Amino acid sequence: MGLRDNYHRLVDHGPFFFALMLAHALVILLGLTAAYYMEHNGHYVTGMNNQVVWGMPHVFAVFLIVAASGALNVASISSVFNRLAYKRFARLSAILAVSLLAGGLFVLLLDLGRVDRLIIAMTSYNFKSIFAWNIYLYTGFFAIVGIYLWTMMEKRMNRYSKYAGYAAFVWRLILTTGTGSIFGFLAAREAYDTALLAPLFIASSFVYGLAFTVLVLLTMCWTLGITLMDKEFVQKVRGLLIIFTVTVLYFTTVQHLTNIYATQHHGVESYLLLTGGVIPAVFWGVQIVIGSILPLLILAHPTLGLTRHGLSLASVLLLIGGLGQMYVIIIGGQSYPLNIFPGMEATSSWIDGRFAHYVPSLAEIVLGVSGISIAMLATAMALKVLRFLPNPIEENNTSKNKPEAKTAGAA
Amino acid sequence: MSTSNKQTADLARRRFLSGAVALGSVSIASGFTLYTASARPKGEPASSKIRWGLLIDTGKCEDCNICVEACKTENGWEGHRGNLTDPQWIRKVGLTDKRTGKKQSLPVMCLHCEYPPCVDVCPVGASMKRADGIVLVDRHLCIGCRYCMMACPYGARSFVHEKVTNQKPYMPRGQGTVESCTLCAHRIDDGRIPACVEACTKSGREAMLFGDLNDPQSAISKRIVQVSTTKLRADLGLEPNVRYVNF
Amino acid sequence: MTDLRQTKTYAVLTAALFMMSLLFMAGAAGAGEERVPLPHPAMSEKAQKAENCVAPVSEMRRYHMQYLKHQRVETLRKGVRGNPYSLKSCVNCHAVKDKAAGGARTADAFCSSCHKYAAVTIDCFSCHTNKAADRKKTSAVQSPVSQLAAHLEKAAKDRSLLK
Ligand code: HEC
Ligand code: HEC
Ligand code: HEC
Repeated sequence: MGLRDNYHRLVDHGPFFFALMLAHALVILLGLTAAYYMEHNGHYVTGMNNQVVWGMPHVFAVFLIVAASGALNVASISSVFNRLAYKRFARLSAILAVSLLAGGLFVLLLDLGRVDRLIIAMTSYNFKSIFAWNIYLYTGFFAIVGIYLWTMMEKRMNRYSKYAGYAAFVWRLILTTGTGSIFGFLAAREAYDTALLAPLFIASSFVYGLAFTVLVLLTMCWTLGITLMDKEFVQKVRGLLIIFTVTVLYFTTVQHLTNIYATQHHGVESYLLLTGGVIPAVFWGVQIVIGSILPLLILAHPTLGLTRHGLSLASVLLLIGGLGQMYVIIIGGQSYPLNIFPGMEATSSWIDGRFAHYVPSLAEIVLGVSGISIAMLATAMALKVLRFLPNPIEENNTSKNKPEAKTAGAA
Repeated sequence: MSTSNKQTADLARRRFLSGAVALGSVSIASGFTLYTASARPKGEPASSKIRWGLLIDTGKCEDCNICVEACKTENGWEGHRGNLTDPQWIRKVGLTDKRTGKKQSLPVMCLHCEYPPCVDVCPVGASMKRADGIVLVDRHLCIGCRYCMMACPYGARSFVHEKVTNQKPYMPRGQGTVESCTLCAHRIDDGRIPACVEACTKSGREAMLFGDLNDPQSAISKRIVQVSTTKLRADLGLEPNVRYVNF
Repeated sequence: MTDLRQTKTYAVLTAALFMMSLLFMAGAAGAGEERVPLPHPAMSEKAQKAENCVAPVSEMRRYHMQYLKHQRVETLRKGVRGNPYSLKSCVNCHAVKDKAAGGARTADAFCSSCHKYAAVTIDCFSCHTNKAADRKKTSAVQSPVSQLAAHLEKAAKDRSLLK
C-alpha cells in the first residue's frame, strides 16, 4: 500500500500523540459532565440569563462552525484554483473541516434547553427560519465534503474530484454566510444591525480554518518526526494568514466606522469599544492586540515568521483572537440593552436599561472547550483509519534539522 | 353559541343594567360585541376573524405592580433567584424622558405582533401565531435554543432556567423551554379577559382595554380610531397588537 | 488490494454509522408495540363513579398517546378547548391519593403503572401538573358572570371618558 498514491495512515506515532488524545478524551468527558450538570439543574447554573441568552457555548460553537468552513480552504484552493502546492493537504483539510463542524454542533446541541428533543430539531422545520436553513447547510456540508473526500481517495472517482471541490467551495461560502446571517437578521439588537456580518464571518473563517490546519499539520510533523511542509508551502501559508488577518481587521474597522457614522448607533459603539468593561477589554486586548497585531508581527518577521515556532505561535494567537472576536460579537451584542423606548431612560426589575452582567460559569467554558477536543479527536481518529496524511517530503529538500516546533496544547 | 353562554351573557347584562343606570344602550352594545366573539363553543378552533389586542393607557397607568402580580398568580411564574434568570412574562417599566424629565410607568409584555420575528426565526416552528393573533410558544416542540429571545425587540420572552413544580393545571411550565405572555389564551377561550386587564380594571385604574381589533364595534377599536396610539419600535414594522396611548 | 481494503473500511464505517443511527432512532421511538400484557391499574374513586373512560378501554390502552398528542396540537396551536382527550381531564379523573405528594390526588400511580411495565418514560408531567384540581376552588378565580359584568361596566365607562 501507499505506493500508488502519496498518502498514509497515521501509524508510527509516539507516546506524545497518545497523551494528547487521552487529554482530549478527558476534556470531552468533562464537557459531557458539564452538559449533564447544566441540563440537570437548569441553565441558572450558567452565566446565561434572560438577557444574555447565548453564552460561552455559543461563542465556541460559532467559532468552530466558522472555522470548519475555513478549514476546507486548503482543499478548495487546490481543487478550485488548481494550486498543486496545496493538493497534498486537501484530504486532511477536508476531514478537519468535517471534524470542526461536528465539534461545533456538539456544543450547540448540548446547550439546548431540551437536549432530549433532538429528534424534533431534526424532523420539524420552519422554513422561514435561517436557523433551520443552517441545519440543512450543516448536513449538506457533511455530505458534500464526504463525497469530495471520496472523489479524492477513490481512484475511479478522481476525475470528479474537481467538481466536488467546486461544490464544496460554493457550499462553504453559503454556510458561512448562513452562520453570519443568524446574527445579521436580528434587527432588534443594535450591534447586529449591519450587513457586514456575513462577509466578516467569511473572512474570519479563512483565518480560523487555516490556523487550525497549520496547527494540526505541525502537530503531525512533531509526533511523527517527519517533515510535511516544504519551505514554499510555509511561505504560502504565512502569506495567506497575513492577508486573511488584515482582511478581518479591515472589515471590523469598516463595521465599526459605519456604525459610528450613524448617530443612532453611537451608544452601542461606545459600549463595545470604550465603556462596556469586559467587552472593550476583550475587543482591544484579545481580539486586536493578542489576536491580530501580535500574530501579524510574528508572521511578518523575516525569520521568525518562517519557523515552525513562529507559525504555530501565530496560529494559536489567531485562534485566541478569534474566540475573542466571537465573544465581542455574541456577548457584547446581547449585553447592550434593547432600545425599546428611544429618547427615554428606562428602568425596571427586568432587563430594561441594564447593561447585562455576564460571567461565564466553569461548566459553560468546559463544554465549549470540549467542542475543540471533539474536533481534534475526530480528526486524529480519521487519520488513523484512512489515508489522509500526505507522505513526508524528502528531507534533503528542506532544512536538515529535525522539526523543532513545540505545539503542545495546540492540536 | 351554547345556551349556557347565552344565559351567562344575559345575566351579566341584567346585573350591569341594574348597576349602571345612567349609561346608554350604545355602550351596552359595544361592551356586548366584546363577548359574543369570545364565547367560543367547545371543540371550535380560534377564528382568524378575530384579532385580539390590548390598549394600554399610560395616562392612567400608575406606579403600581397590580397587573404583574395578577399575571404571576394566574400563570404561576414567580421566580426565586432574584436575578435575570427568573421568568418575567410582564414587567413594569419606568420611563424618564431624557429632555423633559417627564416620568411614566407602563407594563411591557409580549406585544403579540402581527408579524412576529420570534415566529420567523424559530427553527422548529414552536413559536407560532394562533389564528386570532395570539403569539405563543408551543412548548411541546420548543427545544430551548433561545433564538426567539435573540429576535424579540421587546425582551418579552423568558427561558425557564430551573425545574418547576406546582404548576397551575391550565398553565403547564417546564425547565428548558421558552415562555411568554399568552394573553391568557386559556381564559380568552373560556370567555374571560386576561388576568392583568381584570386586575387593573378592578383596581379602578382601568389603564388596560382588551378586545377584538377586527371588530369595528368593539370598545378597543373605537378607542383606537379616536386617539392616537403608539406601537413600540414601530420602525421595525412588526405591527404589535398591544398598543399604547398617552405615551 | 488497496482498493479492496479501503472499500472494506468504508463498509465498516458506514455500517457502524448506520447501526448508531438505528439505535438512536429506536431509543427515540420508545418501546414500540405492545408486546407484554400490561397491568390493569387501579381506578380512582372518581373514575369508578364515571364507570367509563373517554373511549372504550381497549382503544384507550392502545391509542391514548396518539389521542393526547393530537389533542395537544388542537388545543395549544388551534385553540380547541373542551375535547375529551384533554390531559387535564385524564389527570382529574384518574388521580388517586398519593403519599409522595403529601396526600394530594395525583395521576402518577395510574399513568406509571403500565409505563413502568412497558419501559416507557413520559415527560409530560415535567410541565403539566400531575395533581388533580380538587374542590378547593381558589377564591381568586372569579365567576365568569361577575367578570363579564365588570368588564362591561369598564368598557362603558371607557367610552364615556373619551376625549
Ligand atoms: C370521566 C373519567 C375519565 C376520564 C376523563 C378519563 N378516564 Fe381513563 N378510564 C376511566 C375509567 C372509569 C376507566 C376504566 C374503564 C373500564 O374498566 O371499563 C378508564 C380506563 C382507562 C385506561 C385503561 C386502563 C386499563 O385498565 O387497562 C386507560 C389507558 C385510560 N383510562 C387512559 C385515560 C387517558 C389517557 C385519559 C385522558 C385523555 C383518560 N383516561 C380520561 C375514566 C376516565
Ligand atoms: C415543556 C412543557 C410541556 C411539556 C413537557 C408537555 N406539555 Fe402539554 N402543554 C404545555 C402547555 C404550555 C400547554 C398549553 C396549555 C393551555 O394553553 O391551556 C399544553 C397543553 C397540552 C394539552 C392540551 C391541554 C390539556 O390539558 O388537555 C395536551 C393534551 C397536552 N399538553 C399533552 C401533553 C402530553 C401528552 C405531553 C407529554 C408527551 C405534554 N403535553 C408535555 C406544556 C407542556
Ligand atoms: C394500560 C396501560 C397504560 C396506562 C394506564 C397509561 N399508559 Fe400511556 N402508554 C402505555 C404504553 C404501553 C405506551 C407505549 C406505547 C408505544 O410506545 O407504542 C404508552 C405511551 C404513552 C405516551 C407516549 C410516550 C412517547 O414518548 O411516545 C404518552 C404521552 C402516554 N402514554 C401518556 C399516558 C398518560 C398521561 C397516562 C395517564 C393518564 C397513561 N399514559 C396511562 C400504556 C399505558
